[in-house]
Amino acid sequence: MTTSAIANPTSSAHAVTVHNVSKFFGRFPALLGITADFKAGEVVALLGGNGSGKSTLLRIIAGLARPSDGSVQATSRLGYMAHASMLYDEMSGVENLQYAGALYGIASREHCASAMSSVGLDPGLPRLVRDYSQGMRQRLSLARAIIHDPDLLLLDEPFSNVDASSATQMLALLDDLKARGKTILIVTHQPELLRSLADRSIVLSDGRVASDSRGIR
Amino acid sequence: MTLLGLAATNLQKDLRLEWRSRDTLNALGFFALLVVVIFSFSFDPSAEESRRIAGGIFWVSFVFAALVALNQSWARELRNQVLDAYRVSGAPPASLFMGKAFGNFLFVALIEALVSPLFVIFYNLRAIGSLWMLAAVFLLGTWALVINGTFFAALCARTRSREMMLPLLLLPISLPAVLAMVEATTAILTGESSPGMWIKLLTGYDIVFTTASLLLFETVLNSE
Repeated sequence: MTTSAIANPTSSAHAVTVHNVSKFFGRFPALLGITADFKAGEVVALLGGNGSGKSTLLRIIAGLARPSDGSVQATSRLGYMAHASMLYDEMSGVENLQYAGALYGIASREHCASAMSSVGLDPGLPRLVRDYSQGMRQRLSLARAIIHDPDLLLLDEPFSNVDASSATQMLALLDDLKARGKTILIVTHQPELLRSLADRSIVLSDGRVASDSRGIR
Repeated sequence: MTLLGLAATNLQKDLRLEWRSRDTLNALGFFALLVVVIFSFSFDPSAEESRRIAGGIFWVSFVFAALVALNQSWARELRNQVLDAYRVSGAPPASLFMGKAFGNFLFVALIEALVSPLFVIFYNLRAIGSLWMLAAVFLLGTWALVINGTFFAALCARTRSREMMLPLLLLPISLPAVLAMVEATTAILTGESSPGMWIKLLTGYDIVFTTASLLLFETVLNSE
């Protein structure tokens, strides 16, 4: 019943090790005996219907939820993008990134501006996040998740309500992160978008691993 | 970044968000003003009677006004799950708590400073005791309200009926502090007794609950 951090991820071939993890909400079993290893540098698509346990597994790996049983080991240097934006509506994009950067000891405004540009957003945009479109929010949310250059990136439905051009920009950035050896776990209902990016796909059904295969089928 | 540096960053963020939304200040200000006006119409006391009851009315007004503000203070952290971003970052929970508590202290103190002159006018008040002691009671009393309020508001933030839970938890535990605030304020306004013992009690209360809140906040933040 533990979630622990791997002190030095480079010394381990696995960025994440999930061992026999179960999670119950009251009597409802969200996850049942999940075991999986995720290699460093691997891009994995987590697929499955609504309520299959994908987001719960991601939250457990992120350390935001405790497993009812089993254990998880993951690098402590991780970035997490939830289904919600995790952004303050009353702050601008750069202000949000500056705050997120400060949590990791990054104070440079230039660094935040560059993170914003990397997702195709104008760092000079004075608009508050509440006035952003859904696609802009998702891209800013991705920039927030990678502001500290994490080794492990956990993305929960990053392409939902995103138009084609925003999705293409996000995929290009993820491709770049993959080339730099980052481990990326993506929960999605749009597997076709990940066909060229994902090395592996895991399908969850009723809280269990229904299939684990190379690429996207 | 140091613990205090990050607390300052959190405070700056809260001040910026409040400046743009004014959720807390509007709720706090209107509530406090309404209570003062309603009480002033309910009683028609002489100056001497006013001095005896003003401490109680003042602090009861601000306890309830602060409840309105404190309920708001964590709501913006839950909106869009931004609190989860803080948890994932591994930044010290104490920094978040300190930033939030200092922010709430500034909001409540500002409204107290704005409403106090109205209190003096409506109740025809003039302190017989020492004014610097009155200032000390205001600072210590406000901190006592805010430190526990910030902690219990965080505890209630993820419960369904948080508006109801906060007063149920906060009011009983704040009772010694409220008693000390009222007695010290009344002692200073009437000049009939020394507020020294009550100020010492408030100081002790502040130290104990600030320490306990800082130590326990991590558990509250990471609870499911």
